[in-house]
Amino acid sequence: MNTTRRGLSFYLLAAFFALFVLFLYGPTATILVLSFQGPEGGLTFPMNGVSLHWFHNLFEQQAVGDFGGSFRRSIALGLMVMVLTVLFSVLAGFAFRRRFTGSGALFYLAVASLIVPSILVSLGIGLLFNILGLEPTWYGSALGAHLTWTLPFGLLIVFAIFNRFNPAYEEAARDLGASPWQTVRHVVLPILLPSLIGVGLFGFTLSYDEFARTLMTAGSFNTLPLEIYGMTTNVTTPVLYALGSLTTVFSFTVIGLFLLGLIALRRHRLRRAAAAG
Amino acid sequence: MTLTAETPRPSATAAAGRARRVRLLPLVAPYLQAAPLTVALLLFLLVPILTIVAVSFWDYDSVRLYPDFVLTNYVELLTSPVTWKTYLNTLKFAALTWAITLGIGFTVAYFLAFHVRSTTWQMVLFLVCTIPFWTSNIIRMISWIPFLGRNGLLNSGLISAGIIDQPLEFLLFSDFAVVLAFVHLYALFMVVPIFNSMMRIDRALVEAARDGGASAAQIITNVILPLSKPGIAIGSIFVVTLVMGDFITVRLMSGGQSASIGLMIANEISLLQYPAAAANAVVLLAVVLIMVVAMLRVVDIRKEL
Repeated sequence: MNTTRRGLSFYLLAAFFALFVLFLYGPTATILVLSFQGPEGGLTFPMNGVSLHWFHNLFEQQAVGDFGGSFRRSIALGLMVMVLTVLFSVLAGFAFRRRFTGSGALFYLAVASLIVPSILVSLGIGLLFNILGLEPTWYGSALGAHLTWTLPFGLLIVFAIFNRFNPAYEEAARDLGASPWQTVRHVVLPILLPSLIGVGLFGFTLSYDEFARTLMTAGSFNTLPLEIYGMTTNVTTPVLYALGSLTTVFSFTVIGLFLLGLIALRRHRLRRAAAAG
Repeated sequence: MTLTAETPRPSATAAAGRARRVRLLPLVAPYLQAAPLTVALLLFLLVPILTIVAVSFWDYDSVRLYPDFVLTNYVELLTSPVTWKTYLNTLKFAALTWAITLGIGFTVAYFLAFHVRSTTWQMVLFLVCTIPFWTSNIIRMISWIPFLGRNGLLNSGLISAGIIDQPLEFLLFSDFAVVLAFVHLYALFMVVPIFNSMMRIDRALVEAARDGGASAAQIITNVILPLSKPGIAIGSIFVVTLVMGDFITVRLMSGGQSASIGLMIANEISLLQYPAAAANAVVLLAVVLIMVVAMLRVVDIRKEL
């Protein structure tokens, strides 16, 4: 592999990769720019002046639905989904390290959860609540609907982690007299921690952006994606882009915080390892 | 292995009672640990799907649903030419999106895995590819409007370059826009599993092929491609199922001018024709499951983690 000169194929592939990245980020960058349209500007270029008009517009209650409320609900829901996803998938990950009756069926149920079209989950939960005479709520039925999407991802990641996990650490802890709980608390969980942060990021962002599964399960209060979707059908001003820019910046901030958290964790551990000699 | 390691030491006073608890615990622990996940999936996946199956046999009128066992919903669905046309259209979207994302996914993963030499750069570039996945799909669709619209960047660019003199109408609100958005949204689902497969290919195999006189193209087709099959299969399952069940992308990007099965179900839901939507959903689920089982013949998912 280590030939010193790079051939033509490398540059062609690099160019392809660059185009792919441009394809991924280009459109988002465009609406980021267009959300600063002047008050008279439209949905496309040219820019008609530069202003924060549309961001102001966004926060006027009557202009566009309940942006603030739906944003708060989406964050609360995302956090709940995140905590439950990490907790449930780690626990199940421990279970799957041993053989137990029904483990195969449970695994296939989780995989099925990934491939069942979202609209079916939405329809099924909506119908179920309808028949049982229950009121769908974003913190109840929508929470459950989101879990059917985040849990299988969480479980698969935890599987991948445990497959690479060296059981010698646990055996060493036991040989030194640690109880099963101490082994988990002081040996296994710290080793898993960085990956669990990843599972949490999955849980939060998948829920925060989920649309189809929320459609029939959110009840009378909208989450942010539902609010945005409502806007696409009746708003024809750059206020739509302003909202898009804000949520995108928010998503990037969340990802950035998670990455910073990971880096801080690694630094902290390196320093502790160095201090311990 | 855990059972032997946790054999209690007969030293303490309440040894017998503890011993029983300690020996019992490893036996029930997996069930307790798996319980929350199982309950969540049963309550919010299995029971709802069984509900759909049940409701698909119900009768309904414009006011309410009548629990019953009638086949009219299925008969109406399967005898309507609209259904067949819509399935054809959905399959067309799935096939096009699959082929394009596979091409992009394989090329990008191949570049990252075999042409980027430093691990740090590999991870950085991989992260660059994955970040858009964490942002809102609806916003990513909307962001094509200023680009593809009648007065969008692409049209004005082509006009000022003198290539066309009328704006191209097919760019936005068309099947073209739908497939473009699908590729934009789901290419990543191909890149990640294929990259994962390629990173596990023993580099010595590539070396050996080169020493044996294989050309770069031969190495790709005879070594890398066969060994990347599991990743390709997993990516294909993701992309195909996501496209088959989609309704929001088709609705937004075709401007209501194209149809998909998901969209058909969504429309029936909004008209409160739940039993019709349920029958449609059952058929869609069956079709998707058949496609997935076919693709699973290529790969054992549990081995790939």
